[in-house]
Amino acid sequence: MAKATFKIWRTHEGGDGTFQTFHTEVTEGMVVLDVVHKIQAEQANDLAVRWNCKAGKCGSCSAEINGKPRLMCMTRMSQLNLWEPITVEPMRAFPPIKDLVTDVSWNFRVKKTIKKFLPRKPDAPDGTWRMAQRDVDRVQEFRKCIECFLCQDVCHVLRDHNKHDEFIGPRFLVYAANLEMNPLDTEDRVPDLKNEHGIGYCNITKCCTTVCPEHIHITDNAIIPLKERVVSRFYDPITRILRMAK
Amino acid sequence: MAAYSTYSYDVLVIGAGGAGLRAAIEAANAGVSVGLICKSLLGKAHTVMAEGGMAAAMAHNDDRDSWKVHFADTMRGGQYVNNWRMAELHAKEAPDRVRELEGWGAVFDRTPDGRINQRNFGGHRYPRLAHVGDRTGLELIRTLQDHTTYLGVTVHMEHTVIELLLDGGRAAGVVAYDRERGRFHVFSAKAVILATGGIGRAYKVTSNSWEGTGDGHALAYRAGAELIDMEFIQFHPTGMVWPPSVKGILVTEGVRGEGGILKNSEGRRFMFDDIPDNYKPQTASDPEEGWRYVQHDKSARRPPELLTRDHVARCINREVKAGRGSPHGGVYLDIAWIKEKVGNAEEHIKRKLPSMYHQFKELADLDITKEPMEVGPTTHYVMGGIRVDGDSQMSSIPGLFAAGECASGINGANRLGGNSLSDLIVFGKRAGEYAATFSRENGQARVDDAAVDRAIEEALAPFDRGEAGENPYTVQADLQESMQALVGIVRLEDEMQEAVKRIQTFKARASRVGVTGHREYHSGWHTALDLRNLLAVSEAVALSAIERKESRGGHFREDYPEKLPEFATFNVMTKQGPGGSVQVSRAPLPPIPDHLKAVIEEQKT
Repeated sequence: MAKATFKIWRTHEGGDGTFQTFHTEVTEGMVVLDVVHKIQAEQANDLAVRWNCKAGKCGSCSAEINGKPRLMCMTRMSQLNLWEPITVEPMRAFPPIKDLVTDVSWNFRVKKTIKKFLPRKPDAPDGTWRMAQRDVDRVQEFRKCIECFLCQDVCHVLRDHNKHDEFIGPRFLVYAANLEMNPLDTEDRVPDLKNEHGIGYCNITKCCTTVCPEHIHITDNAIIPLKERVVSRFYDPITRILRMAK
Repeated sequence: MAAYSTYSYDVLVIGAGGAGLRAAIEAANAGVSVGLICKSLLGKAHTVMAEGGMAAAMAHNDDRDSWKVHFADTMRGGQYVNNWRMAELHAKEAPDRVRELEGWGAVFDRTPDGRINQRNFGGHRYPRLAHVGDRTGLELIRTLQDHTTYLGVTVHMEHTVIELLLDGGRAAGVVAYDRERGRFHVFSAKAVILATGGIGRAYKVTSNSWEGTGDGHALAYRAGAELIDMEFIQFHPTGMVWPPSVKGILVTEGVRGEGGILKNSEGRRFMFDDIPDNYKPQTASDPEEGWRYVQHDKSARRPPELLTRDHVARCINREVKAGRGSPHGGVYLDIAWIKEKVGNAEEHIKRKLPSMYHQFKELADLDITKEPMEVGPTTHYVMGGIRVDGDSQMSSIPGLFAAGECASGINGANRLGGNSLSDLIVFGKRAGEYAATFSRENGQARVDDAAVDRAIEEALAPFDRGEAGENPYTVQADLQESMQALVGIVRLEDEMQEAVKRIQTFKARASRVGVTGHREYHSGWHTALDLRNLLAVSEAVALSAIERKESRGGHFREDYPEKLPEFATFNVMTKQGPGGSVQVSRAPLPPIPDHLKAVIEEQKT
């Protein structure tokens, strides 16, 4: 049993907020989400926190712990310095709803703007498809995404420059990469990536990769290959001349 | 009159896990307007936790497999009290449901010839589980979610349904509140599909998330629908018991499959002490033979750790009760010991059990290649639920459909691993299809304003009581303790009677809980409202378990330890009686047609 001080962001009527200090007991093996739940059950019944699986699989309990974007359920208390207060605040790249809960609905709207999966006609004799494991390995990496939106939260294009209307953010570049690299897909999303989805805004600082709880190589495996497709389509001098000739 | 906004759909789906999403897709494809209500954000439902895979007799890895074998396996697993029609449809339709996912963007693991790869699992005769590593549930929910995104389905996220509305005995819509602002919403619909998942939160130790509060079970029950098989609950033998944050989270059967052994605090391998007579011929006589079995020696018999889930769970339970448990109330599961047998055991374990290695490393700070894990049984799945027609998934209330875990019938007394995900897509699709048809054939139902006002008034009562009321978390915790202790893995008449008595006092306490503050995203208030659902399902579980005076599948009674033929002819049914009482009865099982009986007999050889 150890004592811990938590400074948790509480919103007030009107939308602004301040840190509220809670003193609590921490037992061995607890994660930050446990402490938040303990405070909620014992000291602040109305403390708002979003969570579901508590096992790092659903991506609901995203927050900023001591200033770093993390999942509360996967941050063990033993990793934190209990001599100092631990701050827990909501993701800052999204509008606040209450306390630790933010309005992430923008993400769901963005997804709709990406052209859907369009498979080629089944071409195996049994009316299905054949795909080799080595051809789906890289797509499967992108499909590990749990949509916690921590990558969106940390991305400076969204967080500091508020380009939500022009840039879809790392999560949806990963989503687009998963569709573009699916061996069955026949859709072309490259013009959209350049013109509608603002892929050029990403200057590959790799902050998204650093915070990804699923350890997806967001920048190297998803964003850079998509940037390469945009470049070879629109900026390669030879293809440019050929296009003009058409 | 209370303030609320109103919506109207042809088909309204409650729940956005695998079953709810699949139902919404089917209804939308049928051309009717579809509303989808979910308690969490879209894509976060408990379906994401499923690991192993979805069972479908596609025969990719063994061409001897067919729907007949799958059907027989499912009936055997369910100890023949399943709804035979559902087991039949499930076995026949699962392959098509899995294949269509691939056309919607799912990327399953592949066989060497490029088809969907299928793995072995307990109770399935042939390799049958289509899978994606150990995250098949995430793949399923994301595929369905993304597909739904483009279909024009209106999704109401973070809305919780508190009341089912009826119009002259027919489903007419629901009353819900949104978490964000705590405002009320009334949805009218021509057909309503419940796809709300399980009831795990009635127990203290569970693999379920906070959402598993039996909402669909309780909504249907309060509206007058019938529940069956509520006594059948699957306790998985190995859940994590420490640290507290992850208590109940599954530790895969694969650990024991790779040679992991169970030991008590005295270091004794207790599974050798209690091998049921009918399993003795198939069970190893000593640890040496058990080890040879997991090393794929075909002449060796399986170690007792690999006996059926219900038996292993009971043995662990007994050790803990006898005071021979581990410090955190479990027993030891040791895989590190294999270093006595194999060179470079550390690498071997990491290669064979990567997710378990990381799960314990990250959450328990424990290196399973060096130390034993602490494990104990965890409430995993409820076989019981809303009684539905096998073909249409319609309940006894016209226009009210149910699919997935909240519906009952496919699994009988025990569910096979892998049959859950396939259940979601087979019967989610059917529910969507038949609900759409129902909505075309029936006009708009009338919403009863008085019922809406009553529901809202009742929902706001905890705020009226304020600080004078009891803390809802305390009542929830006491209920979970009681269900865990008295209607758990091993059951006794007296204990269950005691549980029923306690549930009455919890009901009284639940009616007196109070919360303070505003309605926005107020977890205390949400917990207060979930209580009556948890109480309703808990009472149904306890009373059904009292009624079944035998042991079968997920239901074990120490006072009636044998399986009895006279109990194989009915499902225990619970229904709301007058004055809030519970009517318990025995619903006879429909006879299995001869051609399916023949299939079962054929597969016994």
